[in-house]
Amino acid sequence: MRRITFAFMSTVAAVVLLFSYRTSTGGASPPVAVAAGAPGIVSGQVDPSPSPAAGTGDDTRAGASPVPAPAATSAPSPAAKPKSSKLVVNGSVAQTRWGPVQVQVTLTSGRITDITAIQYPQGNGRDAEINSYALPVLHDQAIQKQSAQLDGVSGATVTSDGYTESLQAALDAAHAG
Amino acid sequence: MTSGPHAMGGPGLVSGVRQAWTRQIMGLPVSVHLRGPGDPAARERAVAAAFAELERADALFSTYKSESQISRINSGDLAVADSDPLVREVLGLCERARELTGGSFDAWRIGPRAGAVDPSGLVKGWAAERAAALLAGLGDDHYLNAGGDIALNCVAPLAPFWRIGVEDPRDPGRLLGVLALRSGAVATSGIARRGAHITDPVTGAPATALLSATVTGPSLLWADVLATAVIARGGAPLDWIAGLDGYEALAVAADGQLTHTDGFALQPA
Repeated sequence: MRRITFAFMSTVAAVVLLFSYRTSTGGASPPVAVAAGAPGIVSGQVDPSPSPAAGTGDDTRAGASPVPAPAATSAPSPAAKPKSSKLVVNGSVAQTRWGPVQVQVTLTSGRITDITAIQYPQGNGRDAEINSYALPVLHDQAIQKQSAQLDGVSGATVTSDGYTESLQAALDAAHAG
Repeated sequence: MTSGPHAMGGPGLVSGVRQAWTRQIMGLPVSVHLRGPGDPAARERAVAAAFAELERADALFSTYKSESQISRINSGDLAVADSDPLVREVLGLCERARELTGGSFDAWRIGPRAGAVDPSGLVKGWAAERAAALLAGLGDDHYLNAGGDIALNCVAPLAPFWRIGVEDPRDPGRLLGVLALRSGAVATSGIARRGAHITDPVTGAPATALLSATVTGPSLLWADVLATAVIARGGAPLDWIAGLDGYEALAVAADGQLTHTDGFALQPA
């Protein structure tokens, strides 16, 4: 389960990183944030018993490899542990050019099932526009494609024949409906 | 082959709509993905224009079409001076590519026969970059993939990165890793899909030392040219790429060995 912890912590970090992009070029945003939630585990607990290669650790590994099927993330993993455990974690507060941002991640049996921004810039219309666009996309990316979290694939010239079996075709189909 | 759009935004949310289109052009699958607040009708127009741009390039440059300007130039039927301005532009770019790569990319020495010119290795990236530019005015993030060569951009400052998997040439169902990019290009050349199709212009022998080369940088045209040149140079060090501002390279040798420039930011898949 330890591997899972690393996996979701790095996801939290990645999400926070997304929000904190360009922080270094940011203007005079006040460093003091209104604390919407303390970073760390809010509810639930990490299973302390480490499982061998098969258990949820393998689930993480399987999740990291590209599966050329758009429905892969919704299919139950054969290696998943039968017991369901739910964990809610707050990310740290990221100071961005537009104000403090903090996300809360819910994990069920080691997989991200929800991401909410519990603190984000709301100062003006531009913020609202960015949030209405970026937050749902982040949410979709993290939840629906956490197995590979890919938008596209670069490879040596993909022929028409190879395309139908390619990961790129799956990604295209996932968004074309 | 064009797929219809599908809205991904959740109910009640203002926007965040993502759409994808695919079409076969130049014998390649071409994908366009858009995400953001863009107007649906404007999106359809821009994507149609982008596909049309690629089809126009195919009509001008295809060496498989006897009526293309390149075929007519090679058969002696058309003088370069009388050709379409775009053809002259591309031949000029081929000359620059030859100089930039020290002869490793040479459109005059990879053609079907001596004296013939084959700019195919440059046209794909050039045309895809021009097509992607037609998507830039939408106010959306865009991603265009022409047979594995990608031009992309993010508009909103908080937009998520585009995450691009780099295919493992030894097993195209797997990835070597992932690139997280906000703008620019990714191009991969190699021998994985079609066998050895890149010739070292200096020796004339098929280049077989590398299975694939991936180059990132601001321009898809040049990323594609550089990736082809890295393959043609075989196992040569990548220092010369590192010396080009904004460009980074990853090479996979026939024995599976990975080498890359310091700035090639490949993340675990």
